Amino acid sequence: MSEQNQSHSPDQESLETLRDIKRIMERSSRFLSLSGFSGIIAGICALAGAWLAKYKLEQYYSRYDERTFFDGHDFNDLKNELLLIAGIVLVLALSLSFFFTWRKAKRSHVSIWNHTSKKLLVNMIIPLAAGGFFILAMLQYNDWRFVAPACLVFYGLALVNSSKYTFTDIRYLGFLEIILGLINTQYIGYGLYFWAAGFGVLHIVYGIIMWWKYERKQTA
Amino acid sequence: MKNPITGLNKIFESRIRLGVMSVLMINEEINFNDLKQMLEVTDGNLATHLVNLEENGYIKVHKGFVGKKTNTTYSVTKSGEKAFNDHINALEEMIKGIK
Repeated sequence: MSEQNQSHSPDQESLETLRDIKRIMERSSRFLSLSGFSGIIAGICALAGAWLAKYKLEQYYSRYDERTFFDGHDFNDLKNELLLIAGIVLVLALSLSFFFTWRKAKRSHVSIWNHTSKKLLVNMIIPLAAGGFFILAMLQYNDWRFVAPACLVFYGLALVNSSKYTFTDIRYLGFLEIILGLINTQYIGYGLYFWAAGFGVLHIVYGIIMWWKYERKQTA
Repeated sequence: MKNPITGLNKIFESRIRLGVMSVLMINEEINFNDLKQMLEVTDGNLATHLVNLEENGYIKVHKGFVGKKTNTTYSVTKSGEKAFNDHINALEEMIKGIK
């Protein structure tokens, strides 16, 4: 049973060859440099953004209460602020998680731009872009109610779709995001909380699990 | 009793040729550079093995263009697929046989 056994019996050699084949097949079809830290940092960005958005909303409502009437300018300011926060969170989360994945790829001497990462990206972008335009259209008609559920559902679909091209674990994260988004449709006023749970908490939990499963041994 | 070693394919004795086949079994089509990167081999070395596999009818070569650059891609043939599967089965048999 010991792996240190140096003797090369034919069955051992066959086993090694089969293991090699499996490793090559996996490496050539899946992008495995996705880092657990990417998930954790994206989750932290999302939680910080959600907290800031909540703070801005509370400020707006306290001004509203003082004023006791609706002020279109104030509402527009809030809208722009929230969009700005969303944009900053997106850029920060993407660039920081890209950094950790780039670092992991570099450490394992794999190029970050090869046919596996291309496939992963394309399969991720299709549902995400569709969702992005869908959400922009909703905003166009000033319908905010389904923005958070749509974010979660489309993002979940993107993850499920791209799970063939990276760690299969991402599939379950996708299912959870979709379920969370669908539940959110029944609790419309709580979009921010669902959003924070889906993009913040789930990402952090997923990142920790991925790090534990695949990276812990390499860094230790 | 059948000698399990007879099931092994001489062509796949080379790690690189076996590696090329492994990649092609799971990827419909792949270009030279991606293949080189995945198997961590030099241009010349890979090219020789690819020619060998092509001559044996295990892989197909498609010469194409991306813009003005040549883009040569490779894919596995029916007989290549069969040879690879037979080789895997022989390997598995060896492991089972000796246990």
